Amino acid sequence: MSAAATRVAGSTSGSSSGATTGYAPGRGIRWLIGILVAGTFAIPIVSMVEFTLRDGEGHSLVHWAALFDPANAQRYQPIWIGLGNSLALSVVTVAIVLFLLAPTMILVNLRFPHLRRMFEFVVLLPISIPAIVLVVGLAPIYLVIGRSLGTGVWTLAFAYGITVLPFAYRSIQASIDATDIRTLAEAARTLGAGWPTVLVRVLAPNLRPGLLAASLISVAVVLGEYTIASLLNRQNLQTALVVVNKQDPYVAVILSLAALAFAFVLLIAIGRAGRTGGRQRRKQSPS
Amino acid sequence: MTTLAPAATRAGSGSSSPARRGASSVPSLLGLAPFAVYLLLFLALPTLIAIGSGFIDDDGRLTFENVAALGDPVIVQTFWNSTWLSLLTAVIGAVVGALACYAMLGLPAGGRMRSLVDAASGVLAQFGGVMLAFAFIATMGLQGVVTLLLRDAFGIDLFAEGAWIYGLPGLILPYIYFQVPLMIITFMPAMSALKPQWAEANLTLGGTPFGFWTKIGLPVLAPSFFASFLLLFANAFSSYATAAALASQGSQIVPLQIRTALTSETVLGRENLAGALALGMILVMAAVMWLYSLVQRRAARWQR
Repeated sequence: MSAAATRVAGSTSGSSSGATTGYAPGRGIRWLIGILVAGTFAIPIVSMVEFTLRDGEGHSLVHWAALFDPANAQRYQPIWIGLGNSLALSVVTVAIVLFLLAPTMILVNLRFPHLRRMFEFVVLLPISIPAIVLVVGLAPIYLVIGRSLGTGVWTLAFAYGITVLPFAYRSIQASIDATDIRTLAEAARTLGAGWPTVLVRVLAPNLRPGLLAASLISVAVVLGEYTIASLLNRQNLQTALVVVNKQDPYVAVILSLAALAFAFVLLIAIGRAGRTGGRQRRKQSPS
Repeated sequence: MTTLAPAATRAGSGSSSPARRGASSVPSLLGLAPFAVYLLLFLALPTLIAIGSGFIDDDGRLTFENVAALGDPVIVQTFWNSTWLSLLTAVIGAVVGALACYAMLGLPAGGRMRSLVDAASGVLAQFGGVMLAFAFIATMGLQGVVTLLLRDAFGIDLFAEGAWIYGLPGLILPYIYFQVPLMIITFMPAMSALKPQWAEANLTLGGTPFGFWTKIGLPVLAPSFFASFLLLFANAFSSYATAAALASQGSQIVPLQIRTALTSETVLGRENLAGALALGMILVMAAVMWLYSLVQRRAARWQR
C-alpha cells in the first residue's frame, strides 16, 4: 500500500550521491548481494512461467493458446467481465483523482496554506486504515448506495478513490512543490483568465508529471484490488481470477503474469514521468 | 513533512492584501466542500461505522459484549498469530531489504540499474494479493516447481508434515516476498541521503571504512531503518488478499477472522464481531503509526 507513495516521495527527494564514495560496497559484494536477492525473487516468477507451459507430458504453449481459443470463450467469460469492470473502475477512480482531489489540492495550496498540514494528515490516513477494516464500515453504506444508485460495479470507485488517496496525493504534491503555482495563478488571473482557465490551461499542464503519475498509480492499485470487491460481492479482475483459478489454475497464472508485466511497464512509465518532472524543476531553479 | 517549510514562507510573503483574501475566502471555502463531503462519506463514515458497530447489538442497543470478545482465547490467538507473522516477516524483510539497498549504494539515482530496481520493487511490493498466492502455489504448492524439483532430484518431501503452505506457516514466504521490495522502496531514500562528505571526513580524520559504518552510518540510519520496519509491520498486519486466496484452513489471522465474521454472521455466538475485530486492528495500527511518526521525526533530521 504505502509502497508506491513512499516511492514517489523518495524519488523526488532522493539526492544523487556520487558514484565514488568511501562507504559504497565493493564490486564483488555488490554483485553477490544483487545476484542472491534477484535470484531468489526470480524463483516464483520463473516457476509461474514453467507452470503455465506444462501440458501433462512435457512443455508447450497449450494453455496460452487455450486462453484465446473461441471454444473456451464461455469458460473464461468471468475474466473478461472482471477485466472490463476493473478498467471501468480505473477510469472512474482516475476521474475522482483528477477532478476532485487535484483541484482541491491546488485550492488548499493557493488559498489555505495553513490547512496543508491537516490536509496531508487526513489524505494519508487510508495508509493506516486497512482495507479490511474499511470494508466493515462500507458494507452498510453500499447497501444504501445499492438502493439509490443501483448495484452497478462502478460505484466501487468511490471506495477505491479513498484507497488510492495517499499515493495520488504524494505524486501530485511533489509536482505542486516543484512548481510555483501561486505566481502562475496570479499571472494568469492578472491577464484576465477565469479560475477554470487557470486550472485547466495554466496549472494542469505544469503539474502534468504529477497528475500522470497519480493516474498511473491509481490504475495499478485498482487493477490489483481484491479485498473490497470480494467482500462487497462485486466482480473485478482479481475476484474473477479467484473464480477461474478453481477450474483452470493455468489460465489464472497466465493472467497474473500478464498483470505483473503490465504493472511493471506502468511503473517504468511513472519513473519516466517523475524524471521529466525533475528536469523541469532543475530548469526553473536558476531563475 | 520537510517540504512544507518553503511553501509556507512563500505563502506568508504573498503579495495579495489581507482584505482581498478575506473577500474571496468564502467562495474558496465552498470549493473545499465537495472533497470534504466525499471524505466524510467514504472515509470518516465507514471508519466510524466499523468501530461503532462493535458496540451495538443486533437490536441496535449499546453493548460491550462484542468488545469483550476481544479477550476470548480464540481471538487473542488470532491477534497473536497476526502479530508474530507480521513481526517475523518485517524483521526478515527489513534486514534483506537493507542489504539490497547497501548493494545499490553509490549507483547513480537516475541510472538504468536504479530505475529498473525501483520499478521492479514497486511492482513486487504491490504484488501482495491474489496473484502472489498463485505464484507461490505454482512454486511451492503440491504440484509446484520447487516442490517437484526437491522431490525428484533430492528425494525431499516438502509436505511430509502436511500441506503447511495452505496454513499459517505458508504465509511467511509470500509475505517476505512483498516485504523486501517495500523495504527497498522506503529505505533507499535514507540510504542515499548518507553524505559522501561524512565518509571523506571519517577517512581524513584517520577512521576506517568499518569505523564509518559502526560510528556514523548505522547510528544515522537507525531511526530510518526502524521507521521502515514499522511500515513493513503495518503492511503485513493489514494484508488480506494473499491470505484469503492461499489459506484454506481456518481463519488464523485477524483479517481472515473479519471475513468469517462478515460472511457467516456468527462467530463465537456473537453478532457484529467484525466491528470489534476492526476496532482491535485499528488500535494496533494506530499504535504502530504513532510510533512511526515519532521515529520518522527523528529520522528526518539527517535527511535535510
